[in-house]
Amino acid sequence: MAGRRLPAWGLGAAGVATLLVVVELAPRLGIVDARFLPPTSQILGALADRLGTGEFWVALGQTLTTWFTGLAISVVAGVVLGMIIGSVPLLRAVTASTVEFLRPVPSVALIPVAILLYGTGMASTLLLVIYASFWQVLVQVLSGAADVDPVASDTARSYRFSPLTRIRTLVWPTTAPYAMTGLRLAASVALILTVTGELLIGTPGIGKLLGVAQSSGAVASMYAYVVVAGLLGVVVNAVARGLESRVLFWHPSVRGERAA
Amino acid sequence: MTGAARTRTGTGTGTGTAVRTTAGRVLRQVLLAVGLPAVVVAVWWVLSAGSTSYFNPPLSVIVGTFGDTWFSTPFDQSRFVQDVVPSVLRLLAGYAVALVVGVVLGVAIGSSRAFRAYAEPVLEFFRAIPPPVLVPILMLFLGIGTSMKIVVIATGCLWPILLNTVEGVRGLDPVLRDTARAYRLGRVATVRHLMLRGASPQIVTGARQALSIGIILMVISEMFAAKDGLGFSIVQFQRSFAIPEMWSGVILLGVVGVLLSLAFRAVTDAALGWYLGYRQSQHGGV
Repeated sequence: MAGRRLPAWGLGAAGVATLLVVVELAPRLGIVDARFLPPTSQILGALADRLGTGEFWVALGQTLTTWFTGLAISVVAGVVLGMIIGSVPLLRAVTASTVEFLRPVPSVALIPVAILLYGTGMASTLLLVIYASFWQVLVQVLSGAADVDPVASDTARSYRFSPLTRIRTLVWPTTAPYAMTGLRLAASVALILTVTGELLIGTPGIGKLLGVAQSSGAVASMYAYVVVAGLLGVVVNAVARGLESRVLFWHPSVRGERAA
Repeated sequence: MTGAARTRTGTGTGTGTAVRTTAGRVLRQVLLAVGLPAVVVAVWWVLSAGSTSYFNPPLSVIVGTFGDTWFSTPFDQSRFVQDVVPSVLRLLAGYAVALVVGVVLGVAIGSSRAFRAYAEPVLEFFRAIPPPVLVPILMLFLGIGTSMKIVVIATGCLWPILLNTVEGVRGLDPVLRDTARAYRLGRVATVRHLMLRGASPQIVTGARQALSIGIILMVISEMFAAKDGLGFSIVQFQRSFAIPEMWSGVILLGVVGVLLSLAFRAVTDAALGWYLGYRQSQHGGV
């Protein structure tokens, strides 16, 4: 197969090229209505046009600020609380039902509440972002802390590890892959809710510009913003993944992929 | 005879203790489960009791409006049947589509290195698009009807399931993979016994994330444009400043989320019984 000769990035580039060509041809050949899906060239044209405006870069900065602030708060809170709750069985038992109840409460349920409390400013969107991404981290860290190998745990106990040593050498190495997964999930969930908040609440940012493009019927610009949002997400994922494989270089899932 | 009597007394005492400890354990578990939520609700109730704040009505008022708002008579005309049920049905439909497509594609992509390399950048891009952003675009194609909402939910739920399935299949124990090959397991048997089984804990993780994204999208798709639905009702209450009704909707939405996640847990506990049992046996039967 061609896969044997082409390197992975070559195959990936071929995949992207396929997508671009399909989107270019489908409206031109009349397979989809060009009013609904403009060809690649028009979308990219609109994107280039947007990139030339100051408005775009200001909005991008606002989106990233909201995203990062929300993510940072929820990751710190999630890891700290998760490690504490996860390593004390009593705390775990007391909080389990509350966590289980609050976690599935959809963050968008808070949109009306956020609007009433904070108006359309950044705080509204931040509330959604933190609520949604905090649980991602917390739940992962909790299940990581529960996954500690019982033999290793008993060994640590018989060697009378101090609680701190126990956390550093036993709980954290077990939890780290979970926490990194949590970080990765939280990073994309935070981006989702940042853009959602901007789109629905009207907090300044990329999402708001998308909403404006939608209501003024600028379809190509709308797609351009969707592409921006997607690329933003790709960058976020790539950074989170890079961080993950750097932090978890010792973990079998990372090692296997590298050796191959 | 003495021996027999002693044995009988012995067992008797033993069972008695066992019963007492079981009852104690159940009581303890109930207390642990109910304790904190009870405290939280009580604090909210007391703190908001004298509240004259327009936006933050007393909890007693919210609870009072709950029944009238959602379960008015006749029952089949109530908001519960008219708004909540259609929302949940749309969610389940979109979720089911995402689950099937995600697992099938995920196994295909996860098991072929070349295919994974080909599809990964494009999938990464689509996965990275915040799903609510797709609502305006899907509205162009599908209008604002039920199909738009189901497609929005399905596209949003697809990625966590797909990605986790790929990861699960990729992360299979190489020894198991080689064993399957050495035993010349057929393609179907390999997928069923090795890949789906081995990846199922990961698939469940993805499905759980997808469920919460699905609920978010259920609400969001209705906030853009809708004639009915839970999300639509909540926004309508907010826009008309019916604050206690809005809060009751927020609480109901939370309850729907919790019920769905409980149902999800029941299903996956049954499906993952072997895995949980395996883990439990590793924990020494505790």
